[in-house]
Amino acid sequence: MARDLHLRVWRGDASGGDFVDYTVAVEDGEVVLDALHRLQATQTGDLAIRWNCKAGKCGSCSAEINGKPRLMCMTRLSTFEPDETITVNPMRTFPVIRDLVTDVSFNFEKAREVPAFAPPSDNVGGKFRMSQVDVDRSQEFRKCIECFLCQNTCHVIRDHEENKPAFAGPRFFIRYAELDMHPLDTQDRKQMVQQEEGLGYCNITKCCTEVCPENIKITDNGIIPLKERVVDTKYDPILFLGSKIGMRKQTRTPVGPAAARAISPIKHPERTAGDESVTSVASVAADPGGDSVLRKAAIPAGATGAAAGVGFLAWLMRRRRTS
Amino acid sequence: MTDHETHDYDVVVMGAGGSGLRAAIAAHEAGARTAIVTKSLLGKAHTVMAEGGIAASMGNVWPEDNWQVHFRDTMRGGKMLNNWRMAQLHAQEAPDRVWELEEWGALFDRTAEGKISQRDFGGHRYARLAHVGDRTGLEMIRTLQQRAVDLGIDVYMECTVTRLLKNGDAIAGTFGYWRETGSFIQLNAPAVIIATGGIGKSFKVTSNSWEYTGDGHALALTAGASLINMEFVQFHPTGMVWPLSVRGLLITESVRGEGGVLRNSEGKRFMFDYISDYFKAETADTEEEADRWYDDHINNRRPPELLPRDEVARAINSEIKAGRGSPHGGVFLDIATRRSAADIHKRLPSMYHQFKELADVDITTDPMEVAPTAHYVMGGVEVDPETQAATIPGLFAVGEASGGMHGSNRLGGNSLSDLLVFGKRAGEFAADYAAKLPARQVATAADVNDAIAEALKPFSTNGGENAYAVQAELQDVMFSLVGIIRNAGELTQALGEIEKFKARAAAVSVEGGRAYNPGWHVALDIHAMLTVSEACARAALERTESRGGHTREDYPATDPAWGKVNLIVTEKDGAITIEHKPLPQMPDELATLFEEGH
Repeated sequence: MARDLHLRVWRGDASGGDFVDYTVAVEDGEVVLDALHRLQATQTGDLAIRWNCKAGKCGSCSAEINGKPRLMCMTRLSTFEPDETITVNPMRTFPVIRDLVTDVSFNFEKAREVPAFAPPSDNVGGKFRMSQVDVDRSQEFRKCIECFLCQNTCHVIRDHEENKPAFAGPRFFIRYAELDMHPLDTQDRKQMVQQEEGLGYCNITKCCTEVCPENIKITDNGIIPLKERVVDTKYDPILFLGSKIGMRKQTRTPVGPAAARAISPIKHPERTAGDESVTSVASVAADPGGDSVLRKAAIPAGATGAAAGVGFLAWLMRRRRTS
Repeated sequence: MTDHETHDYDVVVMGAGGSGLRAAIAAHEAGARTAIVTKSLLGKAHTVMAEGGIAASMGNVWPEDNWQVHFRDTMRGGKMLNNWRMAQLHAQEAPDRVWELEEWGALFDRTAEGKISQRDFGGHRYARLAHVGDRTGLEMIRTLQQRAVDLGIDVYMECTVTRLLKNGDAIAGTFGYWRETGSFIQLNAPAVIIATGGIGKSFKVTSNSWEYTGDGHALALTAGASLINMEFVQFHPTGMVWPLSVRGLLITESVRGEGGVLRNSEGKRFMFDYISDYFKAETADTEEEADRWYDDHINNRRPPELLPRDEVARAINSEIKAGRGSPHGGVFLDIATRRSAADIHKRLPSMYHQFKELADVDITTDPMEVAPTAHYVMGGVEVDPETQAATIPGLFAVGEASGGMHGSNRLGGNSLSDLLVFGKRAGEFAADYAAKLPARQVATAADVNDAIAEALKPFSTNGGENAYAVQAELQDVMFSLVGIIRNAGELTQALGEIEKFKARAAAVSVEGGRAYNPGWHVALDIHAMLTVSEACARAALERTESRGGHTREDYPATDPAWGKVNLIVTEKDGAITIEHKPLPQMPDELATLFEEGH
């Protein structure tokens, strides 16, 4: 049954923007992304949305809906009151490109730093033998769809641009946990994840776990065990002594961050003088790591933005009480 | 010419799904300067939607399995219209490609012995699909993505190619735009690999995402390459039907592989009524035998629910048309009465999640409602079976964008293995081609200027309609007139409609600017969608028989004469022509595999 839905959608780019009110017809069983698509097709053809699978499997359509970090394709309209206005704004932790689309290249740069899985050299061509019980733990983390909602929610970098260089974030902590728990990996990334990737910044508030659409127990199963493993190898006096006098055999080789190459292979648009676009929006140049603080400030921190933040906190607390 | 950015490479790969990433890794490892250009972010390509697994005859569950059995299953699944050499290479090389993923960090589900677990799927004689629950595609793309990033391969994300550049007959690179800014980018390269996936977005009910607009197919055709088998579109038997919002969304074949059965509104397992003569000898004809098969593949025959996808999709379609459908116009897929809730959670976690979140259905207690959905195009760029080279120098194609491997119908699980086997081959041969080329040419300024003008045209067209409307109507026409069941009248009507859409698409207008403007993107994509739609409809009209993913109600029989012919689509000056081309002759030692009578 069709009905009218009231939407408030953040429109703008790096130079600024604001919420715009829309009314759009929606049907039973639809999700927020359906409503935005209809808006795009019938009222505002240039509304920027990033999406792909529309099935909760690719992690492209992350945004903040009534202040809660969600996938737009998995947020059913029936979970709101019929006369409720639904507010949608882009993820706050990443610089805005346009409307609901943000520049998430922070994550792709952090991914470059992860030293890859390194199997034993003599173990190729179908010879791997691993028990299901031993791969279960790492498999949980490999369910990650890289929606980056956990990164967006993490208070270490949300509104703390200055922490970004030193902090990989929950998505990558579970990647390090995955590799550390891989039965056949030969490398040891524990010192690195503590020293270079900022594992210590995390004070296990579990916000990342709360927003994970794959229900990965990021904090309990990933970050906390990883912290314990780091502490075991770094601070346990007996283990420390054992390793020094050769009693404790190193089975894995300690490694530092990968991606020593200065030039990132993740490319961004270049600004070229002769390539003026047909409207002024061409002035939105990609400048990763440049004036991103300024660009992020374009998301309103005023009444609506703050309300969204408060809404999210209230939601988190409600969830905690009921769980 | 404007002063847009240009870069030089040896090999440019269009697409960052399984085949594109695997090709880029191979090209890079062969020493080529390689770039990946992708319309989306890295790791979001349609490969993530693949659920069931990667078909490879590793023999971990059934030691009786080997490449010959896999080859035979693949050819029979494609109703013998496959390119035999591609099917052979695919079956032979798939196990190595799977083991290689494991060396790169993929974590497949395990057997009790600690080997890679393999599951049953439609059309496969033995349990053959390496898998990770029902999210195998995610595991594959993440593994390949992490490998590509580790190797430091250049990646151009959210960057769309609008034209293949040529100099004379040969490929000279790609031209396109950054979605983020709308600025143009030219990549000069003597070798381009098309790994752009399929054409499913041309159909209203589809399991495919917005990216599946047939860009690679259309660009290759326009550049002078030929397409093959374009009449064959796979309708996956089990798409969601309710709520409308998710109509067409895929329900993995693993549900049936794990024991799920199809029932009509009378509760009957109707698939027993639809066993064609072609598969009679190898299909169980009683529920008892079918149920015994899961534990004993040697002494029992396969359940009819695990017939190839074309057979199951047609059967479901017939049941719905006969009035024995479910409340929302599908049939019932029941796993709840067949496996324990714990098994379902472990083996089909994302299906559980999908139904719970999107439809309020608990699949551990209730049946799913399902109906066919446009899923995969068997047709694609015609390629050399060994090298994946297209018919113009410097162009290669791989995965769903290439054609021939799957004949008239693809078996589930053979797509992911196809991506890996031929991705590696395409990357290696493209690198080799680029390395051996004596001299390189870049595109002429006139051609580049023409590409720029073409891309900007919708901005200078005033008062036209928006492209979304044309796209939606095209999807309607293709699904209803060039869909699962076809006839000459409807195909002719569809071609007439496509001509009208072409005129409308040429006159669409765009609001807003060039930075991340989806309205503009659709206005450009619609041309590729129209090209592939026309190629599909014309080939479908030409093939006056029913075979695999092409069913003609006016020619219901499978005609042996047509079994010797592929249809080749070419374009000249905007006009599409169809030629008949004899199938390559299979050597005797392979032909004998089909005479053993099992």
